[in-house]
Amino acid sequence: MAVQMQAALGASAKRGRLRLDDSRGVLGFVFMLPAAVLLLLFLTYPLGLGLWLGVTNRSIGGTGHFVGFANFRSLLDDSVFRLVVFNTLFYTVVASAVKFGLGLYLALLLNHRLPFKAILRAVVLLPFVVPTVLSAIAFWWLYDSQFSIISWVLVKLGLIHRYIDFLGEPWNARWSLIAANIWRGIPFVAITLLAGLQTIPPSLYEAATLDGASRWQNFRYVTFPMLTPIIAVVMTFSVLMTFTDFQLVYAITKGGPVNATHLMATLSFQRAITGGQLGEGAAIADAMIPFLLAAILFSYFGLQRRKWQAGGRD
Amino acid sequence: MTDISRRDLLKAGAAVTAVAGTGLMSPEAARAEPVWKGQAEKDATLRVLRWKQFVQGDIDNWMETTKKFTQQTGIPVRVDTESWEDIRPKAAVAANVGAGPDLIIGTLDDPHKFPDKLVDLTDLADYLGAKYGGWYDVCRRYGTRDKRWIALPQGGPGACLNYRISHVKKAGFEEFPTTTADFLKLCQALAKNGTPPGFALGHATGDANAWTHWLVWSHGGKMVDDNNNVVINSPETIAALEYGKQLYETFIPGTLSWQDPSNNKAFLAGEISLTGNGISIYTVAKTSKDEAQLAIAKDMDHAGHWPIGPVGRPTEQHLMLQAYVFKFSKYPGAVKEYLRFMWEKEQYEPWQQASNGYITQPLRAYEDNPIWTADPKNTPFRDVFKGALDNGYSGTLGAASAAVMGDFVLVDMVAEAVTGSRTPKEAVERAAERAKRYYQS
Repeated sequence: MAVQMQAALGASAKRGRLRLDDSRGVLGFVFMLPAAVLLLLFLTYPLGLGLWLGVTNRSIGGTGHFVGFANFRSLLDDSVFRLVVFNTLFYTVVASAVKFGLGLYLALLLNHRLPFKAILRAVVLLPFVVPTVLSAIAFWWLYDSQFSIISWVLVKLGLIHRYIDFLGEPWNARWSLIAANIWRGIPFVAITLLAGLQTIPPSLYEAATLDGASRWQNFRYVTFPMLTPIIAVVMTFSVLMTFTDFQLVYAITKGGPVNATHLMATLSFQRAITGGQLGEGAAIADAMIPFLLAAILFSYFGLQRRKWQAGGRD
Repeated sequence: MTDISRRDLLKAGAAVTAVAGTGLMSPEAARAEPVWKGQAEKDATLRVLRWKQFVQGDIDNWMETTKKFTQQTGIPVRVDTESWEDIRPKAAVAANVGAGPDLIIGTLDDPHKFPDKLVDLTDLADYLGAKYGGWYDVCRRYGTRDKRWIALPQGGPGACLNYRISHVKKAGFEEFPTTTADFLKLCQALAKNGTPPGFALGHATGDANAWTHWLVWSHGGKMVDDNNNVVINSPETIAALEYGKQLYETFIPGTLSWQDPSNNKAFLAGEISLTGNGISIYTVAKTSKDEAQLAIAKDMDHAGHWPIGPVGRPTEQHLMLQAYVFKFSKYPGAVKEYLRFMWEKEQYEPWQQASNGYITQPLRAYEDNPIWTADPKNTPFRDVFKGALDNGYSGTLGAASAAVMGDFVLVDMVAEAVTGSRTPKEAVERAAERAKRYYQS
């Protein structure tokens, strides 16, 4: 009977294949249309417009005309821009690395049998959920050169004598902002990795333990390889969000002191909107694209080889 | 004289009588009282975007007066407020898109970025100027382009030197110093006594720009010359930066990270004794319920003009508020009526009073506003525009001057030089490089 059914289905499929395929194709297209329209309107068009503005000398309220790569050439000669690229790379690399390390550690901790698991996980997620500007303002107070509670506590403990100039000294400001970004970003990494940890079959751990694996070997040969697809996804997101960070920097230092904490996104805003040079601001924003593409490609190719996952050689 | 016939005399007499009869020979008419001939469109409704108030009294009074306008003219007006830093991008969007509020009250040289998109306000400006004693020079420069008024200056929150009287006396000055040389001595003495000054060097749009522009201009330095050539790289600027370095050594630590509210916080907490700011510090201290703040209010005062430098005259930078009307507005006549109404003495002076003197007027006649003498500590703010220069000094205002201001070129230059992260020579060279990119495009 199964064979008969299959034959009947096959026959009807052959007969109606053209119509079924057609309607399936059309139906699929129709279902995709709303999402496609949204993507086109709010992603493709602004991106295209941004790319176009980057090759013009448009200013606010004025008409611009095509200038080719003149904006990019002048940016390469601009010492502030070069500093800002360094700032952005430094900020992204350091913050992402620490977020990854601490986030993974936190995920491993949360993966154990804990009392009040659900509440703990909700609390851990709070820094990420609180609106960035609010936490930025809180950090602004924490880092204030006259009113910082951190400085106050350290002075009371006798560890320092003068209030720390968190945001007034260029390198202090960089580290302070990285710390704020890490505080805000760990939950995202931790919770996502935790979800990934929970999908690893316990049978793998059992097998490894039976083979005499230590805890480190468990992690190195079972946990980590199984996690790599999740790591690839979460770190791509994290790197992208950190690289394009705007709110934290703008709310706390506006790019100061003397452009030491300016990221490409904040400089782009300052030049384009506050300064009125739309073409140049767009060019700075466009200059972010190669870095972001590189990050995506690295994670896509570098972290998703299945052979490496399964313990084999590339 | 002998050629005048009786007929001529009679004619002249008749003319004089006729004129007297119509009441035009009153003392006011002898001054040729300007007459406003504007007309609002029928069925007009207005959308206004203005800067967000710093003092609650300001917006309360503004809204009430707007209601009065609506009652008198039947023109409904909707007023939205945004932080004045956010007005800039909103105005930019409106200019680019060709739709938005009819009237924007924003800042500085923003209108000069899109002058062709703005309604000509010359007739209104001439009327107000003639009626109220004329515009201050700096206001005229901000409002006009090629002799055409593209914006109506509303006045602005001037920045004066706020100081603690007892601390300045202890530093050895009975009167507040009026020259840059004495000012430096004062700061050094204040620092020695543990009551240091503090001036913002972060990207603080109001406070940082005010004192750094004064620093450079008072020594003869400037961003551009009359023909918009970048001349910041000059011995005068370097002299200003050397002076600034000595000043910076007297500051409280951390000013490199200061935003606009930072010096308010520090002064009100007694951490600094001298800073440049609007009347907001005094207003907060005076109206506070806290004993310590009231004590500070009693012990503080404002200096008349910023100290005069080697150039020998006042060279100050103050925030200018500007009202401008987009050509896409359907009711330019109604907007002008609204502007005229709000700028007239019956409305403007009470508004100044409700703002506690936060806004200095753009028209000379309003110097008589009793708010300026009700509390003698308010008086210095009355005269801020008399010594002020515009931020495009000494060239013309436009997209380039706005870009240089928005990119904090001058502030960064001073910050780099006074903190020692670059030598003054390097700092001015970098500033010139950055400015040239805007002024030569």
